[in-house]
Amino acid sequence: MPKRKDLETVMILGSGPIVIGQACEFDYSATQGCKALKEEGLRLVLLNSNPATVMTDPELSDRTYVEPMTGAIAEEILRLERPQAILPTLGGQTALNLAIELHEKGVLAELGVEMIGSSPDVIEIAESRERFRHTMASLGLDIPNSALAHSVEEAVDTARMTGFPAIIRPSFTLGGTGGGIAKNQEELELLAWKGLNASPIHQILVEESLIGWKEMELEMIRDLADNAIIVCGIENVDPMGVHTGDSITVAPIQTLTDVEYQAMRDEALTVARAVGLNGGCNIQFAVHPSTGRRVVIEMNPRVSRSSALASKATGFPIARVAAKLSIGYFLSELKNGITSKSACFEPALDYCVVKAPRFNFEKFIGASSVLGLEMRAVGETMALGGNFREALQKALRGLENGLMSLEYESPQSTNYIPESTGVKDPRILEDLKRNLAKPMPERLNVLYEALRQGLTRAEAMELTTLDSWFIIQLEMILETERFMEGEFARLIGAAVSPSKSSWLKVKAQGFSDSQIAKITLRSTGVKVSPVEVGILREKAGVRPHFRQVDTCAGEFFAQTPYYYSSYDSPEEPQKLPEENNKPLEIKEPKKQKVMILGGGPNRIGQGIEFDYCCVKAAQAFSDMGFSTIMVNSNPETVSTDYDQVGRLYFEPVTLEDVLAICQVEDPDGVIVQLGGQTPLNLARSLAASGVPIWGTPPEAIFRAEDRHDWNELVKKLVLNQPPARMAQDEKSALAVAGEIGYPVIVRPSFVLGGRAMRIIDNTDDLKAYVEGFNKSGLGLGPDNPILVDKFLEDAVEIDVDAVADGRQVVIAAIMEHIERAGVHSGDSSCCIPPFTLSSQIQEEITRQTELLGLELGVLGLMNIQFAVKDGLVYVLEANPRASRTAPFVAKATGRNLIQAACEVMAGKTLKEVGFQPESPPDYFAVKEAVIPWSRFFGAEVFLGPEMHSTGEVMGLDRTFGHAFLKAQLAAGTDVPLGGEILLTVADKDKQELMPLAQELYKMGFIFKATPGTVKTLAQNGMEAGTLYNINDSRKPNVLEFLKSGKVRMFVNTAFDPQSVRDSSLLRAEAINRGVPIMTTLAGLAAMVEGLKSIKKANWNVLPLQGYHD
Amino acid sequence: MNSLTQGVSNPYGKILFTDATLTLDDGASFKGVAVGKNVEARGEAIFITAMSGYQEVLTDPSYHGQIVVFTTAHVGNYGTNPAVNQALRPQVAGVIFHELWLPEALHWHSDASLPDWLESGKVVALTGVDTRRLTLHLRDYGARNGYIGPASLGLDKALARAKAIPSMNGLDLAIRVTTKTPYKKYAPTLEGDPEHFRVAVLDFGMKQAIVDRLLAEGLDLTVWPGNTPAEKIAEEKPHGLFLANGPGDPAACDYAVRTTKAFLGRIPVFGICLGHQIMGLATGAKTYKLPFGHHGLNHPVLLSDSGRVLITSQNHGFAVDPDTLPQGVRANMWNLNDDTVEGLIWDDAPAFCCQFHPEASPGPHDSHRLFAKFSHMIKELYAQA
Repeated sequence: MPKRKDLETVMILGSGPIVIGQACEFDYSATQGCKALKEEGLRLVLLNSNPATVMTDPELSDRTYVEPMTGAIAEEILRLERPQAILPTLGGQTALNLAIELHEKGVLAELGVEMIGSSPDVIEIAESRERFRHTMASLGLDIPNSALAHSVEEAVDTARMTGFPAIIRPSFTLGGTGGGIAKNQEELELLAWKGLNASPIHQILVEESLIGWKEMELEMIRDLADNAIIVCGIENVDPMGVHTGDSITVAPIQTLTDVEYQAMRDEALTVARAVGLNGGCNIQFAVHPSTGRRVVIEMNPRVSRSSALASKATGFPIARVAAKLSIGYFLSELKNGITSKSACFEPALDYCVVKAPRFNFEKFIGASSVLGLEMRAVGETMALGGNFREALQKALRGLENGLMSLEYESPQSTNYIPESTGVKDPRILEDLKRNLAKPMPERLNVLYEALRQGLTRAEAMELTTLDSWFIIQLEMILETERFMEGEFARLIGAAVSPSKSSWLKVKAQGFSDSQIAKITLRSTGVKVSPVEVGILREKAGVRPHFRQVDTCAGEFFAQTPYYYSSYDSPEEPQKLPEENNKPLEIKEPKKQKVMILGGGPNRIGQGIEFDYCCVKAAQAFSDMGFSTIMVNSNPETVSTDYDQVGRLYFEPVTLEDVLAICQVEDPDGVIVQLGGQTPLNLARSLAASGVPIWGTPPEAIFRAEDRHDWNELVKKLVLNQPPARMAQDEKSALAVAGEIGYPVIVRPSFVLGGRAMRIIDNTDDLKAYVEGFNKSGLGLGPDNPILVDKFLEDAVEIDVDAVADGRQVVIAAIMEHIERAGVHSGDSSCCIPPFTLSSQIQEEITRQTELLGLELGVLGLMNIQFAVKDGLVYVLEANPRASRTAPFVAKATGRNLIQAACEVMAGKTLKEVGFQPESPPDYFAVKEAVIPWSRFFGAEVFLGPEMHSTGEVMGLDRTFGHAFLKAQLAAGTDVPLGGEILLTVADKDKQELMPLAQELYKMGFIFKATPGTVKTLAQNGMEAGTLYNINDSRKPNVLEFLKSGKVRMFVNTAFDPQSVRDSSLLRAEAINRGVPIMTTLAGLAAMVEGLKSIKKANWNVLPLQGYHD
Repeated sequence: MNSLTQGVSNPYGKILFTDATLTLDDGASFKGVAVGKNVEARGEAIFITAMSGYQEVLTDPSYHGQIVVFTTAHVGNYGTNPAVNQALRPQVAGVIFHELWLPEALHWHSDASLPDWLESGKVVALTGVDTRRLTLHLRDYGARNGYIGPASLGLDKALARAKAIPSMNGLDLAIRVTTKTPYKKYAPTLEGDPEHFRVAVLDFGMKQAIVDRLLAEGLDLTVWPGNTPAEKIAEEKPHGLFLANGPGDPAACDYAVRTTKAFLGRIPVFGICLGHQIMGLATGAKTYKLPFGHHGLNHPVLLSDSGRVLITSQNHGFAVDPDTLPQGVRANMWNLNDDTVEGLIWDDAPAFCCQFHPEASPGPHDSHRLFAKFSHMIKELYAQA
């Protein structure tokens, strides 16, 4: 059936803020969806609260609503825009849940809006465990033994049938939030309680454990003519028991026979038919490793993280095709853009694709890092290689987790003796075995080291339950490493290039030049740099091949320039990357080439914001007539959509990999300032290798990053900054702190996202910090000092995003943080325009920004952080690169600062570009951060200088209060309009709390508080019910009151580590129950302002186009 | 040097490795390592994009005499099991891998590793080959004859040997793999079962999965050598005729075309792959050689009557020319990739055929139903009578 004629306007739902389990893969999906429907001439209305996304670029839709994704607001938009259909299958669980809410409320029926992509019935079958199980059973498909439970008691009963270990899965949650594996009744009770709380319908599934079974996923597409294809089969290297989002996975499936695979395929098609799927879908199976018994685990009737991965792994654009099907097309009517053949086929792969998860456990102190059913990974990297080993090592080196691929660093680094020294200590192997028994983030590294230390294959299989095929692959890598430790390393150490065949042996297993340098050092004691290794390799004529990803294993001519590198070939590499398309008859004029380096895997501190910048840059350079090249390794992103750029290289963003691409492409300019810290860190080395860096020169970047140079610069410009010193050990740290005065803010040098940053107000805590630093193996010293800065208490923090061309610095926006200084800028909410700053202060900030931009010689983007205290402006840091806030600024103001920056990098002036100072908007845009506390049970819940947030939302409205409130709603805060508020504040905050409390009191909120706060409230004429402290035996107890579920908001300010620890149980409880927590008075003040505004007047629901025009 | 032996000090016991090359008759040559004692092979080199089902492919008589190039990165991961053999022994002349899995295969269903299985089946296997470059070459310049031999032989000699291999065009390979004597296969009889219909099968190198599928439809089979004359077959009064798959040029099988003509329009006829091409020839249509054929498990076939698309398993180098079809015979199935004919249907006769492999093995099961269609056709016809 061709396109439906009855559709004119379609509303697309995005997925809201980036959270664990729902990340920028949905930006990729919905962006593809927007483009696919736009080209069909449909009018598009988009709703997504996340300003960091590409999809919320106002160019992609006709009406772009960056508004909270709540039922009420979605309904209002539906009434305003009157679309004929709503498409929820590209925006993850958030979109599905919202669409179901609108359906159940009858809004869709009332307004005559049809849900396309997936019907409510399909969603319900997939989502409701009961209906799903019933449907599977009626189709004759095998499923794990299980039953639903609605109470802890019921769960205990059910476990008698399933036995232990038993799996707990809450219904209707994202990425398995609140799930787990219970090994005994005690664990079951705890997990059941947690799961019941996590489930919006208070329901959990208690299930037979399939731990150790093979885990397989099929990404499929079906249309309403019943045409169905499997786009990609994905095998989890980590078997059942580890969430697939936390697993290393490989495509194609490696360890199933055709008989097993086809039977599984049949079942997937049966399921899709039975539920009446129209679009993309993911089905998971578990396969018993020694009997072949296969059970269906789950089905998601929408595009997913895995479908984004499958699209990047195969080159088949699942979301795009799914969007086309949703408006009536059949698969048979669509073309595969890569080969110009039919899209109704199953891609064939002639390479291996490995995905590896990126974790950030170090940021959640106190949380267990054992992997389980609940997803914890914050990002991922994918790599393609000629064989599994090459792909695996490439994927691991793209993680940037501080480990070189499979390298292992013992937690007890002091007593760790590597095998290469010849000493084998049986205790080491025992240690490793203990670690292997529990799946940890770096389990393959542990396994690799254990194999090195003599672990047998059988033991490895038993401990890890990994398929032997994968274990043997690790053995083969190890074998290669042993080969390298001999003659190979000796030659490298002697600066002699080994034979070409030796090089190919090593490189085809995925070893990087850095690994080779390290192995050389370890086995010969000779220090060589990775670049020197590269030069020796070049001498032997060994370079990677660049192969095309063509969906068809070479069967057809392919037109899409999507490449990966491989050394796994005995033949000579081509001069240019493999081009499958026949040369064009018409000679195009040669274009200048610009290469954009992406940010690699998402992690806390470096995420989707940078992807937005890279994508916008590709567009900007392409518009200027350049041919564009993108390099990135993150399969979730829009930037790795081959449709976005001239040429895509899906490669780790490391020096060696980027240089190899530069060798074949010879770009005229390379852009390092848009992909976050990852490419920025490469700038100097790339420049040293003769790569032309466009934009701010690497020396200027270094000048801003290097503490000493920076201090000189601030001094030269006569700017203020908080007193700061470096310390190399405990003694000097204490001396420095004594000199500049407590509180101080301490952190290691060269970090991203505030890693290991702390505010400290006494000597004991400082000693503990230094000790912890030493213990962590990072070790202080002259090469690795800590920075000790004076902490400006109660200062207002400011972020400025600007574009500079060497002559002029134009501010895109000044953002005022709502939380006071001390909260990491990535975690604090902020507002455009500033809402408390005087015009003099803003002028001063502008002046200082201009000074810094010109002095540093910034060409392109820059972000500066200031603090304002007592009318004085302090400069905290300047980053001559795109910032996390760049997309927020673009969406809030409508100014395309990325494009301006790109034009500057291409040699134009800001005047020529027309990017000039503008007065700030007459409305307010508030950005709020979203933090995954609930995923890290036991972690300290505390906003501080260490960044914890994974995502952000924006609230836009005419007043600050409305905008703030919208941001809170969008972040998922259950904003209270009445009811009971629990107040427990630090002594120093008690007086400041009073005026805010008065306002809340006037609004009719009822107060409960701990004795100290009760007293202060009473002195100010406010009544409050007394609750006793957590450690107090008297009743009513504050924790119990929280558990009662009556609390609508929890105000709990704590700053010093001790009080944070004291209130952590309370905060954890509040988070579990979804009670909004205000941890700063500044935040509370904004909330009060918001509540006042909403009581006065309703919010305005308006698209970006309405604000910008 | 090959990727598999890279970095591995031959921990695979007695496996013999010899540097070897594949030399195509146009002079292109591809380095690799021969696994096992057998190093020399001759045949038409074709590539297959299947990512699973290697053992089924290697035992499929339709690949008889060919050198099969697997495009997928790893082959042999799950070992071998006799249960999936499509013939008693391997059929290919040689096989080329990017990376053959040499260690023991620990899959629960495996009873021998692929290298051991290849060795005992005397199949020449080359691994560590840049199969991507080889595939692009075959795609761009067409499937062509190739010679596998020791690298020490040198290009000139190898090329001469490659050139000496007879062309696939006009080559009758079916006669080499067909059964030498007729035999019978009976579908299991269930209680209360009506009497089975009898189907005469012309064997040109039939896959085991086809036998299994026909029997599963409750049809009793008499399997005849491919060159059996019609009169001989007619003596048994079969209720239907089935034309099997097989290797080589259909145009060379004039004997089978004659036999088929004798039955078309008289009893239900169903043909698969070579059988389909022979049915096409029997109508007077022509067949032609495709540049590099269809070999894979992912080919979309459009059913022009319903608009449905089936994902099919394919393996053929020749196709029926739709422009030469007579009145009364329609091409009703088409390959969506290159618009070649994938199936024919007769307007006035109970006959149909398909170019792809509905029995799969390996491959998707989307078109299994064609076997049921055949048995229904027979049942309906004789029910009316």
